[in-house]
Amino acid sequence: MDHFVDLTLGGLASGAVYAALALSLVIIYQATRLVNFAQPALALVAVYTAATVAPLTGSYWLGFAAALTAGTAAGALVERFVVRPIARVSRLNGIIVTLGLLLVAQGGVGMVWGNDQHGFRYAFDFVGRPSPADVFALASVAAVAVLLFCLYRHTPLGLRMRAAALHPEAARLSGVRAGLMLTAGWAISALIASLAGMLAGPPFISPNVFDAVFVYGITAAVVGGLDNPFGAVVGGLLVGLGMSYVSGYAGPELATLTALALVVLVLSVRPDGILSRPAARKV
Amino acid sequence: MSTSATEREPRTAGGPARRRVDLPSPLRHLLLAALALAAVAGLLLVTGDLTALRLAAVGYTMLAVAGLQLLVGGSGQVSLGHGAFMMIGAYTMALLVLRLPMLPLAGNLVAVVAVATVAGVAVGAATARLHGPYLAGATLILAVGLPGLTHRYHEVLGGSNGLTVRTAGAPPFLQGLVSGSEWKALVVWTAVVLGLAVLATVSTGRLGRRMRAVRDDETAAAMSGIPVGATKVTAFVVASAAGGLAGGLQVYVLGTATPSMFTLSLSLTLLAALVLGGIGSMWGALWAALAVVYLEIWLSDAVRAFELGKDVENNLPIVLFGVLLILVLRFQPLGLHGILQRLRALLRRAR
Amino acid sequence: MRTTTNTARRGPLAALLALALAATGCTGAGEVAETDGPDLSVSPGVTDDAVVIGTHQPLTGPAAAGYMSISRGAAAVFDHVNEQGGIHGRLIDYRVEDDGYDPARTIDVTRELVIEDEIFAMFGGLGTPTHGGVIDYLNDEGVPDVFPASGALAWNNTEEHPLTYGWQVDYTKEAKIQGQYIVENFPGQDVGYLFQNDDVGEDSQEGLDQYLTDEVVTRQHYESEVTDLSAQVAELKRSGAEVVVCSCIPAFVALAMLEAASTGYDPQWVVSSIGGDTATLQGLLSAFTEDTDAEGVPADTFLDGMLITSYMPRVEDPDDEWAAFFIDLYEEYGEGDPMTNTHIFGMTQAVMFAQVLMSAGPELDRQALVDALEEQEWQGPGSVPFSSSGGDHGGHQGAYVVQYREGGAVEMIQGPRVTDRDGGPIEEVDFTPLSPQELVFHD
Repeated sequence: MDHFVDLTLGGLASGAVYAALALSLVIIYQATRLVNFAQPALALVAVYTAATVAPLTGSYWLGFAAALTAGTAAGALVERFVVRPIARVSRLNGIIVTLGLLLVAQGGVGMVWGNDQHGFRYAFDFVGRPSPADVFALASVAAVAVLLFCLYRHTPLGLRMRAAALHPEAARLSGVRAGLMLTAGWAISALIASLAGMLAGPPFISPNVFDAVFVYGITAAVVGGLDNPFGAVVGGLLVGLGMSYVSGYAGPELATLTALALVVLVLSVRPDGILSRPAARKV
Repeated sequence: MSTSATEREPRTAGGPARRRVDLPSPLRHLLLAALALAAVAGLLLVTGDLTALRLAAVGYTMLAVAGLQLLVGGSGQVSLGHGAFMMIGAYTMALLVLRLPMLPLAGNLVAVVAVATVAGVAVGAATARLHGPYLAGATLILAVGLPGLTHRYHEVLGGSNGLTVRTAGAPPFLQGLVSGSEWKALVVWTAVVLGLAVLATVSTGRLGRRMRAVRDDETAAAMSGIPVGATKVTAFVVASAAGGLAGGLQVYVLGTATPSMFTLSLSLTLLAALVLGGIGSMWGALWAALAVVYLEIWLSDAVRAFELGKDVENNLPIVLFGVLLILVLRFQPLGLHGILQRLRALLRRAR
Repeated sequence: MRTTTNTARRGPLAALLALALAATGCTGAGEVAETDGPDLSVSPGVTDDAVVIGTHQPLTGPAAAGYMSISRGAAAVFDHVNEQGGIHGRLIDYRVEDDGYDPARTIDVTRELVIEDEIFAMFGGLGTPTHGGVIDYLNDEGVPDVFPASGALAWNNTEEHPLTYGWQVDYTKEAKIQGQYIVENFPGQDVGYLFQNDDVGEDSQEGLDQYLTDEVVTRQHYESEVTDLSAQVAELKRSGAEVVVCSCIPAFVALAMLEAASTGYDPQWVVSSIGGDTATLQGLLSAFTEDTDAEGVPADTFLDGMLITSYMPRVEDPDDEWAAFFIDLYEEYGEGDPMTNTHIFGMTQAVMFAQVLMSAGPELDRQALVDALEEQEWQGPGSVPFSSSGGDHGGHQGAYVVQYREGGAVEMIQGPRVTDRDGGPIEEVDFTPLSPQELVFHD
């Protein structure tokens, strides 16, 4: 029974991280209809900024703030100057360009900070189950999900962003500055990706640190449904818990296969994820 | 033979069909295949073992990319897990060589294609209902999850160290004339051009037209009587078979299959290369394969010519590859093939 | 592509090729003909003033983090050797190719080294899955395959791979010594295993299990792609293991220690040489003690008391002549990064390679190098006897045991012992390496 509790708590802790990344993917998908491979790149920019600023200033939280700022700025700039002109022509090319950005970021980080691993501390004490760091991760993910939900359902900005993504022409005609909305979507998404990076980075960071986390982030987003921020949270926790139970009871070599099985199971029943509304815009 | 090969490339949808030679399409593609093979054989005669290995790599990579092209460019399904099918082909090949060493190579390759086809049917059927990002996500996790099997069944699949095999080289009466690697490159290209001929035939035939109809508008396609689901699954299966064959050929040449050869980055590289090379044309697949095999080598050599710090030297090729990808797509959405076509048009006008 | 060349001459050739292709298609793909051994009386890459050697290493990608330092250490030693005038007047041209730990790339870069760079020998090719893919090729081509960097048993198989010379103590030998040490020093205590799920774990268990039987209460493994050890450490804790043997690479030793600390579990750690690099571990763990809520707990508390098996000089022990020599050398020729035992790994390898190149004499061909390897009487810098002759290419034959003490020093608590990889006994040996000044490894 103890073991079960341990596995549950461990699964929730990693699930929170997947959920955070899934949230940032959902946002960008909502805003641009792209699967964004540059998401781990933005997270990388963020954590390495923090790893540089925190020792310089002696304050973890200054590093944290710098990380979110740098990540968000990088996201907005990249959208405006790199992704938009390309994605406008072809969505597939847009996806591939985000892959190119990921390569640039990983190589760039390696050039500046080296390819070796660096210790990277948690926001709070990591001792205990659940540790304060785990609680912080879960709480911040929950808060972000709620904020996003409110943004999308209850604010004019959210409405405009959705309109710009779904029907850019119509949105433009009704006075929405579609381009600005795209940049806003990327900026918000980059902010959340930076937060996800700060949660997923510890204990050790290296240029490839987010590869696996990102995969499970996508898994979580797909399982939960890309239309709903709560879907990302549900998906993230489901993936985290599933992988933790299977690792604990059957063996860690099955962890990735678990994620695969979860996707197959969920999508065969609900092709648009758990928390998606029935596809009304298909025809 | 006065008609240059480039003018006979399979046309993409929408282009006017200006065929000069009215051969039935399978025959035409076989002829082209024979030409390509002759070109590779000629190239092999004047180069060494290293080039042979790399040419073979270009061959099987091109086959894998061409399969992906049929799927992505043809039917509009974006798969991020094409490497999984290469892995299936690779392990099938390795197991066959290990367990049934007397089985002829042709038999192995047929078996590899059969296994990959079955896998393609299974995955394709499971994913046919998925659209856009959901398909991408599902195939992505397939590429990441599948290598886990090698750890689970490591008695059979060898765990992280994988399977190592030795395959027969040139037949005895050719020994001394061609080296083992040159021979294998030739065998690979024979299989590759046959595979490409099949892909080109499919792509220009009725199935290809149906796929493009589905890609452009599923609803319209369904209303005009095209079986949308079946068409999508068929595209997936053909692509998987090509990927599997590519993986099998890779093991035939390299003699080893490990999970670390079939990581997610392989699948993503294939897709990125496809777009970089130019989607919608077989030539794009060739440029893509050349880029995958040679670009990093060239970039590394170029970077090494400068005296840079170790960290920079190691990582700069990756950055340059990413920058190149971005720049090409920024200024030419049809990739390298688009650039070359434009250059050709310029040359023609200058003349 | 112009296709208007002489088709008449191509005809017969094409027919021959087609025939041969058909023959290949129909004969057994796995039936490989036996060939004669390669000619070793050649010396590619050797000129009057240089000798080219090559290696494949992961310099980028996920595996780079742990292993980049090896080739940096080796390069520093070769720089030093060259500065002293080289070996028999020849400077060492050490070419490091990045394979990203992807066997497909290892094969490509190895061919490039052999064919294009014309290396004289392969030196220290890194990794079991990677090097395993080129070992046949190197032996077929007659390229001496000196000191591959991993503890796989496969490197010591003179029947199939006569030109491959292992270097690292193999995982089974090392684990036997660990097992015996635990039985003798922690009698009656429960033991848990935590191992990497590949040949590291498999071969290590084979050795441990020769000495530990009923004491073993749990066996946990990890996959190097999954960086979450919470389930494993929870199970180790639950099973009540008082001693945990970690056959892991440094990143996972550090992860396991953090995870244990976070759940309040404090076993006696016994770590293999591959993971027992306290300098690397400290670098990773220091972020969790400075200025955190665990303030006042220096990185050393994680590591204090850790038992490590080892077969090389250690960077924690600057009183050791070789360690001091390496530290100074890296100061002068290194990349400026902090020195770790992983650097020492590459440096020790490089000194031993230089030594054997010295012994091979001024008339250098591959046969001379192989003869020198077979006849070399090894006297360091490795701290245990070394075998490269008489059908045993196993490299280091055993290990000594050190304990890490808070404050950064290690203490040798059991001298070098040697054994075999089967059921043979473990024997104490008296072995003292020659000092850096006495050992001849450059002009």
